[in-house]
Amino acid sequence: MTRHDVTLTVNGRTRTVSVEARRLLVDLLRQDLGLPGTHTGCDHGVCGACTVLRDGASIRSCTTFAVQVDGSEIRTVEGLADGPTLHPLQEEFWDKQGLQCGYCTPGMLMRSVEILERDPDADPAQVREELAGNLCRCTGYKFITEAVCAAGRRMRADSAPLAEQARPAEVTS
Amino acid sequence: MKPPAFGYAAPSSLTEVTALLAEHDDLEPRVLAGGQSLVPLMNFRLAQPGYLVDLQHVEGLADIRLDGDTLSIGAMVRQSVAEDAPQVAAAAPLLAEALRFVAHRPVRNSGTIGGSLAHADPSAELPAVALAADAEMTLVGPAGVRRVPAAEFFVGPFETALRPGEVLSEVRFVRWPGSHAFVEFMRTHGSFAIAGVACLLDVDAAGTVRRAGIALSGVGPTPVRASATEQSLIGSVPDQDSIRSAVEATVAVLSPAGDVHGSTETRIDIARAYLRRAIEVALGRAGVEVAPHDGTRS
Ligand SMILES: Cc1cc2nc3c(=O)[nH]c(=O)nc-3n(C[C@H](O)[C@H](O)[C@H](O)COP(=O)(O)OP(=O)(O)OC[C@H]3O[C@@H](n4cnc5c(N)ncnc54)[C@H](O)[C@@H]3O)c2cc1C
Ligand code: FES
Ligand code: FES
Repeated sequence: MTRHDVTLTVNGRTRTVSVEARRLLVDLLRQDLGLPGTHTGCDHGVCGACTVLRDGASIRSCTTFAVQVDGSEIRTVEGLADGPTLHPLQEEFWDKQGLQCGYCTPGMLMRSVEILERDPDADPAQVREELAGNLCRCTGYKFITEAVCAAGRRMRADSAPLAEQARPAEVTS
Repeated sequence: MKPPAFGYAAPSSLTEVTALLAEHDDLEPRVLAGGQSLVPLMNFRLAQPGYLVDLQHVEGLADIRLDGDTLSIGAMVRQSVAEDAPQVAAAAPLLAEALRFVAHRPVRNSGTIGGSLAHADPSAELPAVALAADAEMTLVGPAGVRRVPAAEFFVGPFETALRPGEVLSEVRFVRWPGSHAFVEFMRTHGSFAIAGVACLLDVDAAGTVRRAGIALSGVGPTPVRASATEQSLIGSVPDQDSIRSAVEATVAVLSPAGDVHGSTETRIDIARAYLRRAIEVALGRAGVEVAPHDGTRS
C-alpha cells in the first residue's frame, strides 16, 4: 500500500512519519510516536477522549487521518506539563478531584486549554456548555467544571499570558 | 478500529481534483473535507471508498468574501471559522446562529460548511438554513461550473444534485434585510436534532410581513421549505391566530418517517411547536410584540 510522508510538530518537536492514508491521527500519536496519553473511547467523534489541539484548535484525533494534519502543529496532553511542573489545569484537576479513572482526562484537559485560551474568564455555566462534547462516566462533571474555573482564575492572576504558560518544554531526544 | 486501505491525494487545484476523481472512477472515489461525517463512516466500514481526494490544500476553497450584499463561503471553510467570522454575522446571522447547534466545537473545528451541505443529512442544520435563505451552490466538475439553488440541490437523504466527479466549491448567501431565528429540538446539546427550524422574516414598520424564508430539518428526506406558512404570513400583520393557522398550513402536509429518535407524531408535534417558536422569535427580534411561547421545553 502506498505510504505518505507526514511532517508534523508534536509538543514542540517536528517529525516526519511515513504512514498509510488510513492511519488515524490517534494511532499515529499512540503507536508511531509512542505518546499514549491521548485515549480512544468511541472512534467516531462522540466522546472526546481523543481530543488534541491542531494549530491551537481542539479536534478529534479519532476522526482525523494523519495525512490531514501534514504541516500542522499538534499538542497532546504530554505537552502540558513543563518537566515536573504541572500545567495549572492539571494541578486543579488533581486538587479538585476532577478525575477518577482518568480515561476522559486527556481530552478534558486539551479541550479546557482551548476554552480558557479563548476566554480565561469562562464562568461555570459556560464551561459546562463548552465541555458538553467531552463525556465522563465517573465524575458527574461538577469537579471538572470547578477545576477548569479554578485554573482560569489562576491563569488570570498570573500575569503571563496563558499561551506562554501552556507552552510545552522543548522535547529532546 | 480502522478503515480498509485506500488511495489518497491532496492536490492544490480544483482542476486536479476533478482529474483525480475521473482517473480513479473505478475505486468509488470521494472527496475528503473535514472528515467529521466521512471518517466515522469509514471507521465503521459503512463507507469504503477506494480513493480519497483531500480538498484541504485546494487553493481558494477556504475563503469568506462579502461583496456588496453577496456572501460567498468557500466549501472548505471550517464550521467554527464561519461561526466566528464577522462577515457571516453581518450578512447571514441565521447561519451563524445555526452553526452553534452543529455538534460540538471540536467537531466544528474540523467539519466544513461544504461538507455539511454535501453530506445532506436530513437532520442537519445547514441544509435547512441554505434552503430557507435561498442559498446557491457552486458546483465544479469536468464539464465546467454550474450554479444550483438550494431548492434543487437537496434531492434525498444524503443525496444531492452533485454528479459523480463534481465538487461543491462554494455557497452564496444574499444578505437578508430582516430578522432571523434558528431553533431546534434535541435530546442533549450537540446531539443531532430531531427537528429544527430556520426562519427569516422581513417585517415593515407597521408590522406587516414583507418576505419570509422558512425551512425545517428532520421532518422529511430533505430539508422542507415551509412555503404554505410563508404565503400565509406574507402581507399580514401576524397575531396569535394567524401564526397558528400559518403553522398548521405546513404541519398538515408533513409526513416524517418515524424512527428510534422520534415517531412520526413526535416529529410533527415538535415541528408544530418549533415552527411557531421560530416565527415568534424572528418577529420579536424585528421588534414585533408577540405573546411568549406555550412553554414547550427547548
Ligand atoms: C460527534 C458528531 C456530532 C455531529 N453532530 C452534528 C449535528 O448536530 N449537526 C450536523 O449538521 N452535523 C453534525 N455532525 C456532522 C458534522 O457537521 C460534519 O462536519 C459534516 O456533516 C460533514 O462535514 P465535513 O467537512 O466533516 O465533511 P466530510 O466528512 O469530509 O464529508 C462528508 C461527505 O460529503 C462529501 N463532501 C465533503 N465536501 C464536499 C465538497 N466540497 N464537494 C462534494 N462533496 C463533498 C464527502 O465526500 C463525504 O461523502 C456531527 C459529527 C460528529 C462526529
Ligand atoms: S475516541 Fe475520539 S471522540 Fe471518542
Ligand atoms: S474520570 Fe473516568 S471517565 Fe472521566
